[in-house]
Order: sequence, then C-alpha cells, then structure tokens
Amino acid sequence: MAKKKFIVGNFTDEAVLFPAVKKVRRAGYKLHDVFTPFPIHGLDKEMGLRDTSLHTAGFIYGITGTSTAVGFITWALTIDWAINFGGKPYFSLPAWIPVTFELTVLFAAVGMVLTFCWLCQLAPFVKKDHFNPRSTDDTFVMAIECTAGTNEEEAVKFLQAAGATDVKVETKETGWWLGNYANDKMRFEQ
Amino acid sequence: MSIRSTFTAPKNYNTVALSLIAIGVLSIIGLWVTSGSSADPREQARFWASLLQNSVFFLLVVNASMFFVCITTLAWGGWQMSFRRVPEAISAAVPVVGVICATILLAIVFGDNHTIYHWTDAEHVKHDEILSHKKGFLNKTFFTVVTILTVLLWSVLGWKMRQLSRSLDNEPLATLEERRKYIFKNTVWAALYIVVFSLTVMSSLPWLWLMSIDAHWYSTMYSWYTFASTFVSGVALIALFVVFLKNNGYLEYTNDEHLHDLGKFMFAFSVFWTYLWFSQFMLIWYANIPEETIYFQPRAHGIYKGIFWMMFIINFIAPLLILMRRSAKRNYGTITFMALVIIFGHWLDFYQMVFPAVSPDKVPNIIYDLGVALGFVGLIMYSTGRALAKAPLLARNHPFVKESLIHHT
Repeated sequence: MAKKKFIVGNFTDEAVLFPAVKKVRRAGYKLHDVFTPFPIHGLDKEMGLRDTSLHTAGFIYGITGTSTAVGFITWALTIDWAINFGGKPYFSLPAWIPVTFELTVLFAAVGMVLTFCWLCQLAPFVKKDHFNPRSTDDTFVMAIECTAGTNEEEAVKFLQAAGATDVKVETKETGWWLGNYANDKMRFEQ
Repeated sequence: MSIRSTFTAPKNYNTVALSLIAIGVLSIIGLWVTSGSSADPREQARFWASLLQNSVFFLLVVNASMFFVCITTLAWGGWQMSFRRVPEAISAAVPVVGVICATILLAIVFGDNHTIYHWTDAEHVKHDEILSHKKGFLNKTFFTVVTILTVLLWSVLGWKMRQLSRSLDNEPLATLEERRKYIFKNTVWAALYIVVFSLTVMSSLPWLWLMSIDAHWYSTMYSWYTFASTFVSGVALIALFVVFLKNNGYLEYTNDEHLHDLGKFMFAFSVFWTYLWFSQFMLIWYANIPEETIYFQPRAHGIYKGIFWMMFIINFIAPLLILMRRSAKRNYGTITFMALVIIFGHWLDFYQMVFPAVSPDKVPNIIYDLGVALGFVGLIMYSTGRALAKAPLLARNHPFVKESLIHHT
C-alpha cells in the first residue's frame, strides 16, 4: 500500500469552514474531503462534488424489481401453473400490481443500501481510519492531500490563515478503507 | 439588491385573459345553441354537465392553492415564503369561481332535467330502493346547504388568511413575543381552514357534487382521489405562475431550490393520485360485483376507453418518467410543460368522471368543453393578476421569510 500525506485542519464554525473550502480550492490544493458531524446544506456545492449516481443505480434496481416480478408471475401463472382465479384471465395484470410494486421497492431499497455501503466502503468489521475522531462530535475536519507540487509548510500556514486550528501533517496508508484515491479524478468538477 | 416588489401585469396579460374569457363565453353560447336549447333532455344534460365539470374542477384547483398555503402554515414550513403571495393570489379566485359553481350546481339540482342528478327526481326515488335509502344524504336541502356553506367558508377563511398575511406588510413585528403570537394566530386560522377542507373536499363534497351523478354506485376512495387530482393540479398552477413571474423578472428570491420543491410536490402527488386511482379500480375489478363494475364498464371498456387510458398515461406515466430526474425539476421548461400536461390530464380525469353517466351512447364533442375550460383559465388568470398587483410579492415582514431566502434542498 502506498503512503500518502495529508494536511489536516480542524474547524469549529461553519461560517469559517465555508470560505476556507472556497479558498483552498481556489488556491489549487487537492481537497481530499471534509468530515462533518452532520450533513451541511451547500457544502457539497462548495466543494464542487458532482451529483451522486446513487439514484441512477436505484432506478435500475427498481426496473429490475419490476421486470422480475412481472416476468416471474407471468411465467408462473400463465405458463407453468395456470390456474383460473374467479373467472379472471390468466394474465390478470391489475392483481399483480401490488406485488410488482413491493418487489420494485424491495429491489430498489436493498440495492441502494448495498450500493451506498460499497460507495462509502462500509462493511461490518471494517475499521475506518479517522483523521480526527471529533469529526463525529463537534468538529469539522478538512483534509488536503499533498501532491508532488504541494509545499507542506506553506499549506499548513495557508490553512491556519483560513481559520483552521490544530493543523497537522499526517501520513496515512491509502487503502480501500480510506477511499480509492487513484480513481477520484472524476469526483471534482473544475 | 433592489427588488421589484409589486406586480404590474405585462402589456398583453389582461388582453389574453379577457380573450380567453370571451372564448369561454362563446363556447357556452355555442354549447347552448347546439345542446342546451334542445328538447332532448340528454342533450340539455350535456350542456349542464360541461358547465358542472369545468366549474367544479377549476373551483377545486384554485381552492387547492389556499390548501397549500394553510398546510404549509400549519406545518410551520418556511420554504414557500418567498413565493407565498402567488398561491394566495390564485386563491383570491375562490369566491368568484365558487359563486359561479354554486349557481350552476343549484340550477342543475333545482332544474326540471334529472338526467345528471337523477336522485333529484322525487317520483323516481320513490320506486328506487337504493336511492330511497340514500335520501338522508342525497336530497335537495342538504345539497343546497352544504354547497352554499362550503363556498362561503372557503371564501371567508381564505380571505382571513390573505388578510393576516397582508396585515404585516406595513407594520413589522418588533419583538419575538409578537412574532410568536402572529404565527400562533396564523396556525389557528389555517387549522380551521384545514378542518373545513377535510370535511368538504377530502370527504363529503365530491360525493355530493360528482359521485352522485352515478347515484347508485359508490366508492369510499372517491373523495381522496378527487382531492389528489385537484391538489396536484393546484400545485402545477402555482408552479406555472411562479415560472411566469420569474420569467418577467419578479420573485427575485425564489430560485431553483423552490422550483425543485414544487416539482417534487407535482411528482409525489401524481404518484399519490395513481395510488388512489388504482386502489379504487383494482378493488372493484377484483371483486367483480355488477353494481360496482358498472362505473368502469363505459370508462375502461366502453366508448370512453381512449380518454380513460390516455388520462392514465398523462397523469401517471408522464410525470413519473419526466419529473423523476433532479435536473428536470429544476428546469423551467420541463416544469412548465409538465404543469400544463398535469392540469390538462386531471381536467380529462374530471371529464371521464362526469360524462360517461350523462352521455353513455356517444362521447360528446370535447372541443366545446375545452373552450369552456379556457374561459375558466382566463377568469383565473385575470383574477390572479389583479390579486397579485394588490400586495407586494414578498411578504417581507413574515417571521419565516429568512428561512425561505436561504432555502436549500
């Protein structure tokens, strides 16, 4: 596993964090991520994150559920084991809609949860490495990745000037528990 | 940033509205000449049915705006504050359309022609066991009282809500205590309105006004289904006016985020409508009892088949697929197109609620009905334009206004 260096700054105020994010991006640093205790409206835009594709995945799972339900019930009730229910035609679509609906929801929901876990690299017994554990409590943590062109001292000073406290340079081993940095070019829109 | 706080109608606005009203009046005259003045009671009923369908539909749609205002007030929602004057202005049409609608309904009930409401025929009810059991509900006195009371209460409570909102325009509330009191007062009046609304549109009114056209048949889903139909059209109408005002350079503080939420309402309530529509259909289809299936026979299998299924496609499939994406709900063009489609679709829904019972042998020429509908559209445009011009477009002193300005979905 390759090792990477990060410059980690802590913020206690949203009002400081937002301009800091803007400054860091404008100065051309490679923003790795911002960790917050709760979702913050507008931060994704400020960081330039692209829209998640989770809903596209959800749509595909839903369609899969719909066709699975309709396909299976049709096969079972018209071909494999055709039974006459109360004089209804074998292919009686209205009666199948509730089951189809449920299966659509089930596929979409389960599929999206699993996809979400996969995208965030979450799984049982996986220990995530935090830059600062207090990012789950009351601190906003910003991590800048050091690239070949990054001057660490300058970057530390830059973060401090932007309002960060307790700025540190940390070395982390890259790995799937930290995020697939190698593929994250697409994550940021310019 | 300076804002254009008051609306002045663009040059052609009132001309368009008045010409639409003229088209409506001409269609009514045309309909009177071709059907209304005929000696055949079925032909006469076709004339009245058109007026009934259009006036009830548009009354419920403009009233849905006030419902939107009250439900957000009751939930202490702040996001809609930046364009709240728009639904308020639309609901100013309630008294006007309400009086027209009540007049038409009472004329039908007290007229000699019993084709539309055959429970008004006392001779017939005597020999009709089902209808004589329903006499306690389906009688002229009850109908009259409920109709007049409903229109009156909607108008008065709506007026009170608008008046509360406008009372702040020139006198800001200084202290927190005053603001609390103001919100509480709003909540109380909104709650009163919701009670009246749920006792009328959500439960009994569509039974009286629309379901009693098929007096033998009944469905407990009917009122909710009608409500869903008119609420989604009402939200679509609000969205149309918001887009119109934005395009004319008003509502500076309303942005994509607010439009996105209106789009979500349109999407969600289209699906909700389908849920109720299908629940009603499936239970009847599954049980297959003749006295219930008689409602769907002319609609799903008879001559109204085309309208019935087309209405289903444009009210469900189209919003589901077109409004699903986030970018679609933030696009002015898509929202405008879908709002028009949804209003037309639910108008068609009302069309197939009314006409199969009145004219079971042939589908009436829909051009006339569309003409009458345009008349009502013109009336709503005119009345909304006037109401918008009366008050500033931003309720700037409302305690929740900031919540709307920083709204983010």
